[in-house]
Amino acid sequence: MSRKKQISKFRYNIYAILSVVVFLILWQLIVSLGYGGIIPSPVVVFRTFLIKMTDSRPDGSTLPTNILVSLQVACTGLFLAIAIGVPLGWLMGWYKGIDRFVRPIFEFIRPIPPISWIPLTIIWFGIGLGAKSMIVFFASFVPCLINAYTGIKETNKTMINVARTFGASNFKVFTSVAIPSAMPLTFTGIRIALNSAWSTLVAAELLAANAGVGYMINMGRSFGRVDIILVGMVSIGIMGYIFSYVFKKIESVVVKWRTV
Amino acid sequence: MDKKLRLRINEISKSYKLKKKDYHKVIDSLSLDIFDNEFLVILGPGHCGKTVLLNIIAGLETPDVGFVELDGVKIDGPNPDMGMVFQKTGVFPWLTVMENVELGPRFKGEAKSERRERAQKYINLVGLQGFESHRPPQLSGGMKQRVGIARAYTNNPEILIMDEPFGALDAQTRYSMEEEISNIWSIEKRTVIFVTNNIEEALALGDRIVLLTECPARVKEIYEVNMPRPRDLMSEEFLLLRQKISENTDLSIDSEV
Ligand SMILES: Nc1ncnc2c1ncn2[C@@H]1O[C@H](COP(=O)(O)OP(=O)(O)OP(=O)(O)O)[C@@H](O)[C@H]1O
Ligand SMILES: [Mg+2]
Repeated sequence: MSRKKQISKFRYNIYAILSVVVFLILWQLIVSLGYGGIIPSPVVVFRTFLIKMTDSRPDGSTLPTNILVSLQVACTGLFLAIAIGVPLGWLMGWYKGIDRFVRPIFEFIRPIPPISWIPLTIIWFGIGLGAKSMIVFFASFVPCLINAYTGIKETNKTMINVARTFGASNFKVFTSVAIPSAMPLTFTGIRIALNSAWSTLVAAELLAANAGVGYMINMGRSFGRVDIILVGMVSIGIMGYIFSYVFKKIESVVVKWRTV
Repeated sequence: MDKKLRLRINEISKSYKLKKKDYHKVIDSLSLDIFDNEFLVILGPGHCGKTVLLNIIAGLETPDVGFVELDGVKIDGPNPDMGMVFQKTGVFPWLTVMENVELGPRFKGEAKSERRERAQKYINLVGLQGFESHRPPQLSGGMKQRVGIARAYTNNPEILIMDEPFGALDAQTRYSMEEEISNIWSIEKRTVIFVTNNIEEALALGDRIVLLTECPARVKEIYEVNMPRPRDLMSEEFLLLRQKISENTDLSIDSEV
């Protein structure tokens, strides 16, 4: 990295930190001046945050436990969605027969909002890990599949012909040309899946759970503890941020050819 | 010189569907014989079906009517004996220059050291040494085109098909690449089918120049070029032939280099 780039990156970071600081000061100021209504000040929220690290009241679990429970559900659902959606999307993009066979079912499931699966899965699986993972799965499966599919469809025709003139079989062209070239879009799909997995998870936990960040928020509402609600929301925000950060790092390693 | 027939293009036609029942005829009963070890240039105006013709020869597309034979056997698919340099380069952006160039032998399962050695030879020949580990997004259009040329040569095809390989190059690089190609051809003889829309380029390279008509493509005229290589672009013979060809062509052919 050049010195100039380093300086501009440093400047960028300063701005980012500054924006958070300004936001917190404004928040504190509004509450201190009495315009906050029921909203507690950031200092109070931060204190609750620290207490909640070890205290399981009022919802029955400490914050780390709640986060772990949510993470487990999110990762299980997401992992299944990627493991099934991506290969299936690739196969559908390349093999017309598979496309024709899977498409009717897929087109039928696609318009059903993930949240509307919640009642069915509760009756089916109860309120444990299985049910919520299913809901996360449904939410993230669709974007994984569609983008993997589109990535294959957009494979450059000339690149396919290059491989064919070298005597590559159809399957070889699929694995060594179509899949690598579909990688960037596939990752875009996973990134979209990440976001929808997260938001569906919280919705599911609001309705059916006995632990998890969404559950904690809902309990905060029941007990009239706005600070607990805010701690929950901030935790979700931070976790979402960490998730996308880690994911971006993975993406930049796998499809680094696109960014050089 | 007795010529051995390698490729026989027999009365091929090809149309593309535009709308319902509306067809666009691109090639119209075109016949052409291509002989062993000759440098054949196909010269034609833009959008006259040159690329489609080459794709059919390479077995990437099938003609509606007619057929192409290689050594008396009908072509029904791509054949590693024929290599192609594509007009749209088709370099794989996720592979380095070296990995792109060694692609053909790698698909065949050739040992790494062997194919690398050959790939390096052609990388040097097209002037890309030092860029082996670069990735295509870091290369200019002309450099990508050279990767495509080196890649085709590294696969050692008996017949090399080149689709306007120098179209994207600046004049200077173009001259030196033409010279290189001509040199390689003199050293290791093989059959070359070279498409261009540039008369000078055709005259600098071809043993025979096949002039195509405008769309749909047909053979308009075939010129024999009996000038020694490297060719003197200012010789009387050269200028005379150039005049003859340009008088026979439509204005859409680019006569500037
Ligand atoms: N797959 C296809 N589907 C429909 N039309 C096509 C297809 N391939 C080529 N054509 C049409 O055939 C005509 C000839 O195309 P082709 O690419 O062979 O021309 P060309 O002589 O190579 O032109 P250029 O000098 O620009 O490379 C064009 O009008 C093109 O639109
Ligand atoms: Mg063309």
